[in-house]
Amino acid sequence: MATTGGAGGPGTGGAGVDGLPGDGSGATSADGGPVLSRQEVRRAAKRRRSLRDRLIAAVATVVVIGGLLALLLTSPGWPNVRDTFFDVDQFREHFPDVLGGFWLDVKLFVVIEIGVLILGLLIALSRITRAPILFPLRLLATVFTDVFRGVPTVLLVYLFGFGIPALELSGLPTNPMICGGLALCFSYSAYVAEVYRSGIDGVHPAQRSASLALGLSEAQTLRHVVLPQAIRRVVPPLLNDFVALQKDVALLGIVGVVEAFRQAQIAAADQFNYTPLLAAAVLYLCVTIPMARGVDVVQARSRRRRGAAGVA
Amino acid sequence: MSTPGEDVPAGPGSATTPDGPPTRTAGGSSVPVIELRGVTKAYGDTPVLRGVDLAVHEHRAVVLIGASGSGKSTLLRCADLLEEIDDGDVLVDGEVITEPGVRPLATRRRLGMVFQAFNLFPHLTVLENVTLSPVRVHGVTKAEARDRGRELLARFGLAGREDEYPDRLSGGQQQRVAIVRAIATRPRALLLDEITSALDPLLVGEVLEVVRELKREGMTMVITTHEMQFAREVADEVCFLHEGRIVERGPASAVLGAPQQDETRRFLARLLDARQG
Ligand SMILES: Nc1ncnc2c1ncn2[C@@H]1O[C@H](COP(=O)(O)OP(=O)(O)O)[C@@H](O)[C@H]1O
Ligand SMILES: [Mg+2]
Repeated sequence: MATTGGAGGPGTGGAGVDGLPGDGSGATSADGGPVLSRQEVRRAAKRRRSLRDRLIAAVATVVVIGGLLALLLTSPGWPNVRDTFFDVDQFREHFPDVLGGFWLDVKLFVVIEIGVLILGLLIALSRITRAPILFPLRLLATVFTDVFRGVPTVLLVYLFGFGIPALELSGLPTNPMICGGLALCFSYSAYVAEVYRSGIDGVHPAQRSASLALGLSEAQTLRHVVLPQAIRRVVPPLLNDFVALQKDVALLGIVGVVEAFRQAQIAAADQFNYTPLLAAAVLYLCVTIPMARGVDVVQARSRRRRGAAGVA
Repeated sequence: MSTPGEDVPAGPGSATTPDGPPTRTAGGSSVPVIELRGVTKAYGDTPVLRGVDLAVHEHRAVVLIGASGSGKSTLLRCADLLEEIDDGDVLVDGEVITEPGVRPLATRRRLGMVFQAFNLFPHLTVLENVTLSPVRVHGVTKAEARDRGRELLARFGLAGREDEYPDRLSGGQQQRVAIVRAIATRPRALLLDEITSALDPLLVGEVLEVVRELKREGMTMVITTHEMQFAREVADEVCFLHEGRIVERGPASAVLGAPQQDETRRFLARLLDARQG
């Protein structure tokens, strides 16, 4: 009955009230029919729309990719490019070397990343400390982040990789790989420290109050209440930085570390064929794409969790 | 009262040892568990507390009422040393805890606090929330803390919820966990700050029931609330806070039933309007 009133509209409302009973029942059944089928009509329309959307997406993809391919394959330089970048024999010949170099990339990445996670956290903690005795530490940490975030990473790798060994100070490492790695580690620690800090800032002050009210000290509060929540928050942005670092390990090639990119360059120079570089690119993608998808999954999960918490 | 300083060592000493319900002091010592003397507090240039005197004796419940913004939360936070006071003194068991130089930590260990928004730790399970302080602060063994935690949770209708995370619980359950968390450390007194204000009206009853139970057991409490019926039931004393001062105090029947001050009357009338409208 309620739908009848709504469907009847204001025009029929006045007349309907005084109308004959037969009239009313006729209207209900007449309206009842269309109400049901209208639902069906809408559902069908929705189906049609989604089908059309998918069709448009498919056609657009084929057209764009086909167009780009056509442009590439019909370009005057294509035969040349094909021979210097997509040479199957070259790929086969140099892939093992490049893979060997890439293994070094992976090892460097793991070591540097662990250093970054620890150093970044220490810097973040130094920056949030309020104890007056630790003021110098806070100052140092602030200067550190400003400097290492402000200088391009390539430049840092150069300066560290060639500069530190040149000092010839005893006790300082002379291996360009270690020095360059240190540069990467410092640069990324500066970024990661800021990520940690934003995570710590994001923990609600009420959590701190609750912890202090339970008698936990400031340090215990940080350790048991604030940091666990902060770190959970920053996992997705940290993973993003992981992906970036994974690629930037290639910068160590410029100070002579024979990792995948350097290895590929050497092989390319040998034959004036750039296919080994392509091999290196493929290897990087093999690691960074799964990592990027991993970030997506983690982000989606934390979004869902926060959504659920918001409802509760 | 004249020589509370002499009793100081005994007070806190006995405070950390009681087992189960607090032991009654023989002869009813006149040293209040919590005492505020002329406490003032301002945020920047805004005075929030303008000289508050309050004494809460053992096993008694004092209910603070007042409009929002009148300084109720600030008063409780000052008593727990979560905020620094500007002037006056706060005493726990006769010991001045607001002397510069007294570490706030020891005081907070003696008092328990429950907040309007529960403030449970979302990354810890219900049981971990409850055992954190006993294990980390009070040196109770993990096994012992867990046993007692389970027992307390069960007593307040939370059996079987130990391993859930707080966001899986209803607001009423979360607040009950927060109360259990606060009493798991065997505090000398409990500070309850509008603990039902964030709850669905249907869930208010179960939380108030917990407080009634604690009152029956003799827990010393300072409670801020807008639930006047509840205040009548549990309050040994009701204090009406207005613009940072306690302008009227006395038994619930007097303050709520026959208020003497205009401000109190206006506040109660407004509250009644809000309930009906
Ligand atoms: N951290 C703070 N900084 C500045 N002002 C505050 C802060 N906390 C509370 N206030 C102010 O102090 C006054 C009293 O607040 P509060 O104690 O929360 O009152 P109540 O609990 O009675 O509602 C309010 O005007 C509030 O805006
Ligand atoms: Mg408040």
